[in-house]
Amino acid sequence: MTGASALWDEALAQGRLLLQRASPQAKAIFPPREMAPLSGEPLECFEASGLGTIYSLTWIQRRPPEPASNVVIVELAEGARMMGRVEGADEATLRIGMPVRVRIADGADGPLVVFDLVEAA
Amino acid sequence: MGDRFPRGKVSVAGLATYGVGEWPGYSNIELAANATRLALADAAIPLDQVDGVFICLPDDLFAGLSLAQYLGIHPRFTDNNRAGGASFMSHLVTAVMMLEAGYLDCAVIAYGSNQRSSGGKLSTPARPDRWDTPYAPMYPLSYYALVAARHMHQYGTTREHLAEVAVAARGWANTNPEAFAKGPLTIEDCLKARLISTPISVKDCCLVTDGAAAMVLTRTDRAKDGPQPLVPVLGAAAATWYNSVTQAEDITITAAAESGARALAMAGATPADIDVVQLYDAFTINTILFLEDLGFCAKGEGGAFVSGGRIGPGGALPVNTNGGGLSCCHPGMYGMFAMTEAIRQMRGQAANQIGGARLALAHGNGGTLSAQATVIFGNAETV
Repeated sequence: MTGASALWDEALAQGRLLLQRASPQAKAIFPPREMAPLSGEPLECFEASGLGTIYSLTWIQRRPPEPASNVVIVELAEGARMMGRVEGADEATLRIGMPVRVRIADGADGPLVVFDLVEAA
Repeated sequence: MGDRFPRGKVSVAGLATYGVGEWPGYSNIELAANATRLALADAAIPLDQVDGVFICLPDDLFAGLSLAQYLGIHPRFTDNNRAGGASFMSHLVTAVMMLEAGYLDCAVIAYGSNQRSSGGKLSTPARPDRWDTPYAPMYPLSYYALVAARHMHQYGTTREHLAEVAVAARGWANTNPEAFAKGPLTIEDCLKARLISTPISVKDCCLVTDGAAAMVLTRTDRAKDGPQPLVPVLGAAAATWYNSVTQAEDITITAAAESGARALAMAGATPADIDVVQLYDAFTINTILFLEDLGFCAKGEGGAFVSGGRIGPGGALPVNTNGGGLSCCHPGMYGMFAMTEAIRQMRGQAANQIGGARLALAHGNGGTLSAQATVIFGNAETV
């Protein structure tokens, strides 16, 4: 027996970002839960497309020469939002609304969801 | 059904602050106990008549029990609701209901923090949740920064608008003897200030001070005979939509939109009736968000609304007339101090007294724009 969070962790360790939903039409849910908010219905897990856009962003300033680092909220294509970091981004050009793609990186404490900018075609 | 509130049946009988600013050498509970002692003296009520204790301390999860022990009393009820800086407004909701029902006869709400003297940083046991922690947001600052950035994106709010809030607060603080941060502050000073987590600069952040405050609540029939001008509680409502603001439906709209409307309805008032407004301004964006959510202006128009000195001394709407958390004091959970200034205004005892004020709104905020609670105070004419 495993709770929703541990199942999510297991999937991430296998390189998959899971979201949940109560029905194929319903808005996706993150972070993982044992039941759908409000309705209490059971939730199904599915793999995120990995696409999203920057909903908001902040740059935490450091004492030079250490560069500023960003923290973003990403709205995934399926509708759920999550906190994250856009890697390789430039403070002067990163903007709310820019498209990003999920990458599962090696974080300090195991696999970690990070985001890369989707370059305009 | 629901939301029935005993408008005007319970009043503030006593009020005090203690150690506001820099007050080295005291523990949190020592500060809170001193404020309680002074608030009871203000009400001319002896300590042994206190039968309800409501308190939230930065470091003590059992603070209600600790304060009862410290005071040497045996209360019928203690409450350590920990909704961050909105805890004290939530305490007030519970205390009013219990007093009106006759379960309690005399309730104390207290707070104290030595965070400036003990560490010089915000003292809180709260942390980001496990989903946010790996991205190392500053807690709580980066969360407010994310809201401010989105508000700017969605509505065209600017850093100048944020600066207006800081400058207005300083204007009030400059003529308040209790205020900690004084001196000239211009829009230009704010715009040049060091950024911490964009778009928030050091001048957009509340102070880190010591300080304590306490209030004594009794039924109004008793408070009427007390030594202080009557300050009845006309409405009080708490609202909860989420814990982490990252889970908000729209990050620019807080549950203040609910708590404010409900508290005003209980009081039988509209925003236009409110003479003086006290908002928990942990960051300058808070003042803009809450003026919108509480109905003083439309969503998205808060930046324009605060411009031109409108909420500062001499402006059309007096907001945070003590200087707020930005320039008066911020001992970690400011909710108690927003209520303190609202009560002083209703008594006619504020340093920056607004002449003829009859209705005051105090709004508390806790966590990352999570806990929201609004209280409407009146004076003897309003019951």
